[in-house]
Amino acid sequence: MKTVVYFAIGILFGITMFKSEAASWFRIYEMFQFKAFHMYGIIGSALFCGVIITYLLKKLKVKSVLDGEEIHIADKEKGWKRYLFGGLFFGFGWAISGACPGPMFTVLGAGFLPILVVIAAATLGTFCYGLLQKHLPH
Amino acid sequence: MLEFLMNPWPWYFSGPMIALVMFLLLWTGKTFGMSSNLRTLCAVLGAGKRSSFFAFDWKAQRWNLVVAAGAILGGFLAANFLSNSTAVEISAATIAQLNTLGIADAGQAYMPSALFDLNALSSGKALVLLSLGGFFVGFGARYAGGCTSGHAISGLSNFQLPSLIAVIGFFAGGLIVNHFILPLLLS
Repeated sequence: MKTVVYFAIGILFGITMFKSEAASWFRIYEMFQFKAFHMYGIIGSALFCGVIITYLLKKLKVKSVLDGEEIHIADKEKGWKRYLFGGLFFGFGWAISGACPGPMFTVLGAGFLPILVVIAAATLGTFCYGLLQKHLPH
Repeated sequence: MLEFLMNPWPWYFSGPMIALVMFLLLWTGKTFGMSSNLRTLCAVLGAGKRSSFFAFDWKAQRWNLVVAAGAILGGFLAANFLSNSTAVEISAATIAQLNTLGIADAGQAYMPSALFDLNALSSGKALVLLSLGGFFVGFGARYAGGCTSGHAISGLSNFQLPSLIAVIGFFAGGLIVNHFILPLLLS
């Protein structure tokens, strides 16, 4: 049952990423060139709704629909180094591959098979972070 | 209605739909953070033997691979059954600029064929770009503790300062590479 629910949410997410064109390399390129409002409109309107949703879920102490437990939205750990340095690395990769970790899977489903190279490299990058974690400034 | 869905979705529909996905994941007791998939994938592949960072019970995180599998099917459905055309109508200025960089199909395709056509797999340059880009995305997302979904949408929606720092990093890094490095890599 739960698997079906998460699979359905994933399908909705995949369709949204494709149809919004947020999964398109061209849109990411254009965003970094400030040559269209599209991506900023997507992120801005998602945030506008996201702020209201997050506020209401916390304010009304909404319970999870699947197991009845109160929804807990954890705060991020304090600090700045890992967020800034990690963010920069992410940005480097985002601008080159035009793909975030979510849209990567959508692009694969849409049939652009070379994205498998991106997914494999991203998995390797994640693995390397795990190996280096203790030596990196956080 | 169907016509509306078959065309590329405008930003004012797309953004709220992303927020809806975030809501559905929170409402079912999870979080909206797609890069966690890659960590789970590492754990499934046995990375826990090499680093404690991956030594967790990945079966408890199975839901997150299920979401990714759904995203694959969603991409397939959207591209094949929910689109009149998959050409991305980027601005004329962007098209002109990409043409000078050798990307001839800007404005006519969903992805640049130089990178995402099957033929790209036999091009050394494309392979370098795809692997370099992917590696940095994976490394950076985990280092920063999240990606666009986890920080830019979920974190900022919850007014998290760390997420704001991460998002500033995403854009600073992206702008540097897009403006100064990518033209060199593409030429």
